[in-house]
Amino acid sequence: MTQARDIAALRHDFPLIANRPDLVYLDSAATTQKPQAVLDAIAEHYRTANANVHRAAHALSGAATEAFEAARSTVAQRIHAQSPNEIVWTKGTTEAINLVAASYAPTVLGPGDNVVITRMEHHSNIVPWQVACERTGAELKAVDVSMHGIDQDDLAGKVDERTRIVAVVHVSNVLGVVNDIPGIARLARKVDAAVVVDGAQAMAHLDVDVAALGCDFYAFSAHKMYGPTGIGALWGREHLLEQMPPWQTGGEMIEEVRIEHTSYAGLPFRFEAGTPNIAGAIGIAAAADYLGGLDGAALRTHETELVQLAESGLRQVEGLEIIGPDAAKGPVVSFAIEDAHPQDIGTLLDQQGIAVRTGHHCAMPLMEALGLPGTVRASFALYNSASDVERFVQAVRKAREFL
Amino acid sequence: MNWASSEPAARTSVPATALDDIRMAFELFDAWEDTYRFVIDLGQEVAEMPPGQRTPAALVRGCQSQVWLHAHRDEGSGHVRFDIDSDAHIVRGLIAILLAVYDDHSPAEIVAFDIEGLFDELGLLSHLSPTRGNGLRVIVQRIRAVARAAGDGHASTAK
Ligand SMILES: Cc1ncc(COP(=O)(O)O)c(C=O)c1O
Repeated sequence: MTQARDIAALRHDFPLIANRPDLVYLDSAATTQKPQAVLDAIAEHYRTANANVHRAAHALSGAATEAFEAARSTVAQRIHAQSPNEIVWTKGTTEAINLVAASYAPTVLGPGDNVVITRMEHHSNIVPWQVACERTGAELKAVDVSMHGIDQDDLAGKVDERTRIVAVVHVSNVLGVVNDIPGIARLARKVDAAVVVDGAQAMAHLDVDVAALGCDFYAFSAHKMYGPTGIGALWGREHLLEQMPPWQTGGEMIEEVRIEHTSYAGLPFRFEAGTPNIAGAIGIAAAADYLGGLDGAALRTHETELVQLAESGLRQVEGLEIIGPDAAKGPVVSFAIEDAHPQDIGTLLDQQGIAVRTGHHCAMPLMEALGLPGTVRASFALYNSASDVERFVQAVRKAREFL
Repeated sequence: MNWASSEPAARTSVPATALDDIRMAFELFDAWEDTYRFVIDLGQEVAEMPPGQRTPAALVRGCQSQVWLHAHRDEGSGHVRFDIDSDAHIVRGLIAILLAVYDDHSPAEIVAFDIEGLFDELGLLSHLSPTRGNGLRVIVQRIRAVARAAGDGHASTAK
């Protein structure tokens, strides 16, 4: 286990970070950098173990299949799933949510039913539900939020006996708000609604335990948890996945195909049509192993310190408002400066070697609710340091002088 | 957008910096700070568009900041006049450069102008993030589309 004092050294695990001392990378909520262990695992797979999985009659394919399924087990264990069958590989969070909205939603939704989301959702946890509601005649309801979090009264009011699905983000990509998933799950349980959690921003920072959260589906992306792009997963309760019809069809997901009729494979293959992202699965498992080898509490302390340092520095900047909760949050600091467009600030920070994100962060309804055209967002990861934060705050001060 | 139906906007009396002056200034700058101060200052010269004209129809989509564009044809000269504004300071500065290039020119001149060449010469796009660079190009596309629509016979050949 890594002690808090070792965290500064972890930076050297990340070649891009180690090789770019000129760059202060504060856009890890968009995608994290990758440690050498992940890069090695992917390269090693292609160098020594590449073959298609679940098909060929040769030993190399057998070994590839074994590694691929071991990766599924690693990821299942990382989030305390009951069985690897509960892990369906997807391209990422977006595809995982789409899978639930396309396969599960039509089996429970009809006219008069409703889906409850919140106004702080990423577009990928809004649009699939809009489409599912349009197709089934159900209603989409969005719970009010402030920069401090979900309006609990509005949530309690909107979840009613016709609510079939509650879809909510675990950690907000804009505000950093950590939602009370167990509380939401208890509320949903009372009306027998399924809880779908967008875990994109949680996996790199929290020790996610789906059993403790009490949700029914959990979606996440490898690339936001130190793994490669192009892969992620949907965790779902096995008995729910069992009942769900396939959503994409083709090879890999079948048991037997005749021209008259096809019978489908069991879990999780039924939801994995076509050759999967094999190297990606190896990569996400390496990322899960990397995270598993660290002291989660020490990581959180480190990231919380960075957030606090950033916020106390930013508060000195005239006209600057931090857009987020006062309470504990994920390692994200959004802010706005009076009379200065977020994009201008982003450009002036970029000139100074500080990579941040600006704009609506794929959460336009949240921006509308907050009455903002956008924010500047600095997001931190384990490889960031106090000196990164100091350079960042200094650069914001300088940008302020321009505008 | 139907350029012909747009209302001509009131212009302020601030004289716009001419393209040659902009070129000369850019040649002098070494530090990004100087370039950006100059661009932001240029933005101050852009006539502020009255809120009533900042309509959804005038919005140029594809920019991260909001950009509004109106155009009309000057009856006497046949030139196209542009009013463009943005809610972001640096974008306004870039708009000032586009106005120095395009405002009050004939449709054929507008379509013929080598804007990428100018961007290269000023080193403008190397300074800008890809999204900002794309935003700038989107405004240029809109300007050229307006000019082509105005330039009847010239349109197809100049493309
Ligand atoms: C909260 C949240 N949900 C969903 C997503 C979508 O993730 P992906 O693009 O990896 O599918 C993101 C990523 O931007 C996110 O921050």
